Amino acid sequence: MTSESVIREPLVTGGKTVHDVTDDICRRVEEKPAKSWLLAMAASLGALTIGILAVAILVWEGIGSWGLNKTVGWAWDITNFVWWVGIGHAGTLISAVLLLFRQRWRMSINRAAEAMTIFAVICALQFPVLHMGRPWLGFYWALPLPNTFGSLWVNFNSPLLWDVFAISTYFSVSLVFWYIGLVPDFATIRDRATGISKIVYGALSLGWNGAAKAWSRYETVSLILAGLATPLVLSVHTIVSFDFATSVIPGWHTTIFPPYFVAGAIFSGFAMVLTLLVITRAVYKLEDYITIGHIELMNIIIIITGSVVGIAYITEFFIAWYSGVEPEQYAFINRATGPYWWAYWSMMTCNVISPQLFWFKKIRTNIAATFVLSIVVNIGMWFERFVIIVTSLHRDFVPSSWAMFYPTRYDVGVYIFTFGLFFTLFFAFAKFFPVINMAEVKSIVKPTGEKK
Amino acid sequence: MVEEKFEFTGKAKKNLFITIGVGIILVIIGIISLNMGGHGHEGHEAVAEGGHHAFHWTQRLFANLWINNVFFAGLAVIGVFFFAVQYAAQAGWSAGLKRIPLAFGAWLPIAAVLMLVVFFIAGHDIFHWTHHDLYDTSSEDYDSIIDGKGGYFYWPLHKGGFPLFFIARMVIFFGVWYVLFLKLKATAISEDVDGGTEKWYQMRKLSAIFLVFFAVSSSMSAWDWVMSIDTHWFSTMFGWYMFASWWVSGLALIALIVVLLKDKGYLSVVNANHLHDLGKFIFAFSIFWTYVWFSQFLLIYYANIPEESIYFVERWKNDHYAPYFFLNLFLNFFLPFLLLMTRDSKRHSRFMKVVTPIVIIGHWFDFYLMITPGTLKGNGGFGALEVGLMLIYAGAFIFVVLNQLSKSALVAKNHPMLEESLHHHI
Repeated sequence: MTSESVIREPLVTGGKTVHDVTDDICRRVEEKPAKSWLLAMAASLGALTIGILAVAILVWEGIGSWGLNKTVGWAWDITNFVWWVGIGHAGTLISAVLLLFRQRWRMSINRAAEAMTIFAVICALQFPVLHMGRPWLGFYWALPLPNTFGSLWVNFNSPLLWDVFAISTYFSVSLVFWYIGLVPDFATIRDRATGISKIVYGALSLGWNGAAKAWSRYETVSLILAGLATPLVLSVHTIVSFDFATSVIPGWHTTIFPPYFVAGAIFSGFAMVLTLLVITRAVYKLEDYITIGHIELMNIIIIITGSVVGIAYITEFFIAWYSGVEPEQYAFINRATGPYWWAYWSMMTCNVISPQLFWFKKIRTNIAATFVLSIVVNIGMWFERFVIIVTSLHRDFVPSSWAMFYPTRYDVGVYIFTFGLFFTLFFAFAKFFPVINMAEVKSIVKPTGEKK
Repeated sequence: MVEEKFEFTGKAKKNLFITIGVGIILVIIGIISLNMGGHGHEGHEAVAEGGHHAFHWTQRLFANLWINNVFFAGLAVIGVFFFAVQYAAQAGWSAGLKRIPLAFGAWLPIAAVLMLVVFFIAGHDIFHWTHHDLYDTSSEDYDSIIDGKGGYFYWPLHKGGFPLFFIARMVIFFGVWYVLFLKLKATAISEDVDGGTEKWYQMRKLSAIFLVFFAVSSSMSAWDWVMSIDTHWFSTMFGWYMFASWWVSGLALIALIVVLLKDKGYLSVVNANHLHDLGKFIFAFSIFWTYVWFSQFLLIYYANIPEESIYFVERWKNDHYAPYFFLNLFLNFFLPFLLLMTRDSKRHSRFMKVVTPIVIIGHWFDFYLMITPGTLKGNGGFGALEVGLMLIYAGAFIFVVLNQLSKSALVAKNHPMLEESLHHHI
């Protein structure tokens, strides 16, 4: 685009030049770790250590260490799984869907968001793998591989198996997409580096020489990967929603689930991106790249997706009444007024009501409010999955089987394990990798940068 | 730049009147042939399945009126929706062509009147829930399930009487859509005179209001006007499913009108890049429609709860409608998916002139398939009556839209994004 409308706000502020971009981003990789970073890393490693202990005991003792019972056979495990997968939606959405929609504001946030996506999917993966009880055999159980255990074969009719394919494909494409984007930036770091880091970043940059032909291939590959990733973003949470919606459990069997889960995933993904970027931006002084304008746009996406999710909640409630199906009506009334009412109203408040505050420009352009609300949304989205999963299961078809779910310390411990893993990976990324896509941002510094 | 103004020529008007005239003749032929027991098997089934509600040709006419009412009302409101989305998303590329979707809104008052009139004349033949016996516990037709949901139609009046809630929603939806359309239109036209960026910000605000209202009203209108025809049946996806169908047919109609206007020498600001973007939209949302269609279908098929799967039994496992069931997927997924796959196909008006009518007609069939089995059961068919009525509505709709377009400048010359749109290159 060679023309900028007068109403466009600058995407990069502070009169940055192309060289400033290189300096501002590379310096974070080159300098010695800051104290705040060391502290954060130590806290993450601490959580990871506690978590590893919980995981070790879980694997040693078995799944009985969790609070599951015969009625509620799925609880925190699958809740956490869906929660992390949902968070793992924003990165590829930002880089692929927003690329197709030519939203240039994505350029300063896509790198960190994609990294977050990959780490979140890794965390999500822990739950189904650990739930297998003998994770070292999971390979045979989850993949349609010929095996030596007799006629054991995966169930192709099960959406759980479709999940294996959907998530592994999504993970692979996201990883390749992220890495391809990193290559030119690694080369920039390599060219400035000396000694051992020159060798390491040299290897990571795959011999990138910045030739016109290399850029041409880079752009072609990016476009192809964006085209592939877009249906994948939709498919992952669609298939996660099928895990529930293909059943006949009241509260689970509802046709709106696929698009509503996708909207919810984008909602929580953006919330997590905001949580992480508000911190990264402050610590690394990236205010000129991740501007208030960026934060405002992300907050608008939070309002839109939060409202879509809200409409889906109301639709489900309405159709449960309209259907005249008694178990369905009961499932929804029980959610709102039964023993898990607190979870339901936490979900409603955090997901539907509080994000509406972003309609006020003052709030959506306020860093502190954004940070708080982004965490509120993540809490709400965790409760959403908990509500869907546990409230539908705990009232069995046979009233004598009705039960409650109480988490044990191993439920909590494994969740902490994924937090430790996630933040350890993210902080490592933030230190050793360029957190902003320098090559892409450089392409917009001139047309959309604020003049000093 | 030169101000462009669309001239609604006598020739164009004549062509539209001919379209409507041909439609009327076809409708008459259709009605006569129905009365003479024409169309082979349909006549026999009418006799065989007559039961206690003997089939009368007017029922088929009414069902078709409703299909076209809903389909064209949807196109009208989708035009305004497209316009509003461009402002909310701060889109630059579309600045030169936004007057075309905006003009669709002019059909809204006519759609509202048609909806109300057809409902009052033919409501009993279209909506099963309008029969008061269903709510009468002493009647042998009493239906406890429909009685349970009766409040959604009749509240606060007694069930089986005047459906106040239902009518109120219809009036409010059309009323708000129309008022917001008029406000957007007035602001857009005043921008032509006053210039500046202030109008753009005003329209962005109005667009946000419209989008919030439309998000709720589009789903509810789907429940009201279409889902309630199969009164027992329910699907939480339905609102978004009908929206997807409206939206992609609206996109196709926008693209078709843009291409045709360009052929007549108008819209000099629109080039292959803009067509490319419209084509991408049609391609993407054809896939989106298929996604929603498939998700709804798969979940009902897989769970196989009889109350829900009956909907697809009536359409798929039914010799009468099965051909349309497959035609629907063929026209609305396979053809647009394959035809719009390549870059060149989206950039050439000749291709777009082939694909867009396929998508529009395809989604007309989608509405046909949503409405006909529930209203006509085994008496539905597709013949001169259907084609004729569709031509009448299409002719009238295009007439209203072109008439609206001729009233103000075809291109918003003071649009703050116009310069971006002129330099748009992909």
